[in-house]
Amino acid sequence: MTDTTAGLLQLGVLLLALAVAYKPLGDHMARVFTSDRHLRVERGVYAAARVDPDSEQNWGTYARGVLGFSFVSILFLYLLQRIQPWLPMDFGRGAVEPSMAFNTAVSFVTNTNWQSYVPETVLGHSVQLVGLTVQNFVSAAVGLAVAIALIRGFTRSRTDRLGNFWVDLVRGVVRILLPLSFVFAIVLVALGVVMSLRSGVDYTTLDGAGHTSALAPAASQEAIKELGTNGGGIFNANSAHPFENPSAWTNLLEIFLLLVIPVSLTRTFGTLVGDRRQGTVLLAVMGTIWAGMLAVLWWAETHPNGPAALVAGASTEGKEVRFGIAGSALFANSTTGTSTGAVNSTHDSLSGLGGGTAMLNMLFGEMTPGGVGTGMYSILVMAIIAVFLAGLMVGRTPEYLGKKLGRREVTAAAIVLLAMPTVLLVGAGIAAVHPGTAAALNNSGAHGLSEILYAYASASNNNGSAFAGITVTSDWFQSSLGLCMLFGRLIPIIAVLCLAGSLAAQRKTPATAGTLPTTGPLFVGLLSGTVVLVAALTFVPALALGPIAEALA
Amino acid sequence: MTSLFRQTTAGLRVLLVLTVLTGVLYPLSVWLVTRLPGLQHHAEGSVVSVDGRAVGSDLIGVDLVPADPAHDPWFHTRPSTITDTTTSGASNKGAGDADLLSAVAERRETVARREGVDPAEVPADAVTASASGLDPHISPAYADLQAPRVARETGVPVETVRGLIREHTTGWFSAVDVLRLNLAVRAAAGGAN
Repeated sequence: MTDTTAGLLQLGVLLLALAVAYKPLGDHMARVFTSDRHLRVERGVYAAARVDPDSEQNWGTYARGVLGFSFVSILFLYLLQRIQPWLPMDFGRGAVEPSMAFNTAVSFVTNTNWQSYVPETVLGHSVQLVGLTVQNFVSAAVGLAVAIALIRGFTRSRTDRLGNFWVDLVRGVVRILLPLSFVFAIVLVALGVVMSLRSGVDYTTLDGAGHTSALAPAASQEAIKELGTNGGGIFNANSAHPFENPSAWTNLLEIFLLLVIPVSLTRTFGTLVGDRRQGTVLLAVMGTIWAGMLAVLWWAETHPNGPAALVAGASTEGKEVRFGIAGSALFANSTTGTSTGAVNSTHDSLSGLGGGTAMLNMLFGEMTPGGVGTGMYSILVMAIIAVFLAGLMVGRTPEYLGKKLGRREVTAAAIVLLAMPTVLLVGAGIAAVHPGTAAALNNSGAHGLSEILYAYASASNNNGSAFAGITVTSDWFQSSLGLCMLFGRLIPIIAVLCLAGSLAAQRKTPATAGTLPTTGPLFVGLLSGTVVLVAALTFVPALALGPIAEALA
Repeated sequence: MTSLFRQTTAGLRVLLVLTVLTGVLYPLSVWLVTRLPGLQHHAEGSVVSVDGRAVGSDLIGVDLVPADPAHDPWFHTRPSTITDTTTSGASNKGAGDADLLSAVAERRETVARREGVDPAEVPADAVTASASGLDPHISPAYADLQAPRVARETGVPVETVRGLIREHTTGWFSAVDVLRLNLAVRAAAGGAN
């Protein structure tokens, strides 16, 4: 079987698996967030945490819940890393230094999972489990909750109530993420992934030399790392490490896991707004762009470019034999199209065009199909922008899903749209002229600029993958990237909840002959075009100096 | 402001409860299930033992060093940029990087000299480092390239060695398991090398 055939087969199996999961998972998630029953374990959580699950919140209280929860999460995770020497299973790895602890805390709470540390030498199992695994769950559930709150903005009318943040959070964890993670963690172990509480295993190889391989409770974290579009590896090499991703089969499973919730959420959306075609349209936009980007990335990696790749004969630097180039391209495109950021190949060693494609996936604003929940609310905001643009062309107050898009709604959408490019370009701009930056780069010329741009794109979009050659342990990088992650996460969330609040307050406007239909191919084209154009207009100058220059060199 | 404070303290309580659920109970239940026979071997790193002695992991590629470089009986793994197996990582070099270019050229010469072949015959995976630095596999082309030398140094007929290569080629993307292949060749040679 040739590499291409195997790649196409894998693609086919992946799409088939997603198609099979789409309806049941999408409908399940719709039921989870509309049910008025509480499970016993959930009642226990509410009782222990002393929150009233039957009261509903307005957008401001909902937003304060998200902010307060994120704040204590960062504080808790920071402290946990600082007191590591006093925790069990620390293996003498010591307290994490303050700037790294701050960066890591923000990173995992914002669902970014950018890693400035080497896990094998910096973090023990206690911080991994009680700190990082927890945030893998709850940061994904926060994204999901915000998406559901926005959908309620469309489905409800003349109310200021958006639901209860604590209920949405707990249900996302208990009814969706936890059961799926448990099952797939076991499946991953059956396929070879490690799940050990020991620090390592010793052996003497056939040549008589002694070696130690680091072990970790990987499987339980690997499952939610992909399912929750988190992406932080329990080993430095992330999903390229054979203990995290031992075969082409686990590779395929991990790609499936990181796509399945963002993809199925379009079904949830269609079900909740009472018109499945509305969800299908969003899926078509996500899928079209994802497929187009995959074709480019795959082509780029199978057509070596650049002196070292040409001399080697193939773009195999930074790729594992068991995944093939096809399995590496499929993973790279999916991990950057969702906000996962796990990697099974070294993105820094992708070709100019391939690396640029991965970067552009993030610069779209993570909606092809985007992270758990975050992809859904990001594409809904983009749909609002698209409808607004179409409204401008015909001079008519735009409507989407029966809600008028007035000044307040469009302003909120514009804030979401502008927050990411602003923090990204300001951060990358300062970093490019910062005196310490040149020494931090691992590559020179256009590729060096790409390393900077990729870092800030990854942080501001809460992706977490990296052109990992760049050394980001200086206080400047730790704090600036930390702030990009924080603002890139929280500004859009607050604006989205504000948007949800003002949509929910409106009454439904019945569709008329003048309403732009948002269920047909025309809207798929309009929305895809908007996504691509907005990113292109914002980022082409920066991309021209980095990956584009490199690809043409 | 009082509302923000109230939500924050509620957040702290919810976080602590969810920490117990997802940070303690969940991973411990997964760990407990993996104590089952059949899973435990994987969970603890797929260690390969010969005569009760651990010689490596099925998943971790460790390049073997020959006692006498002039008589090298081992199949070799891909180049790696990490210095020992306790960690993992890659070069993170782009294809335009001068250091990577010279490393690739140098590896091509070294491998060609070791195998006594024309440098043009050396496949890409033999001259490029993997993403983990621990890649347990090589391409069938790289294994075939090493077969004549391994056959010569171990005394195992070259057709037998090639047969063993095919036996240890697995997966969607034809990967040769280097540790298992070395063990098989050693067994075929009578265990002494």
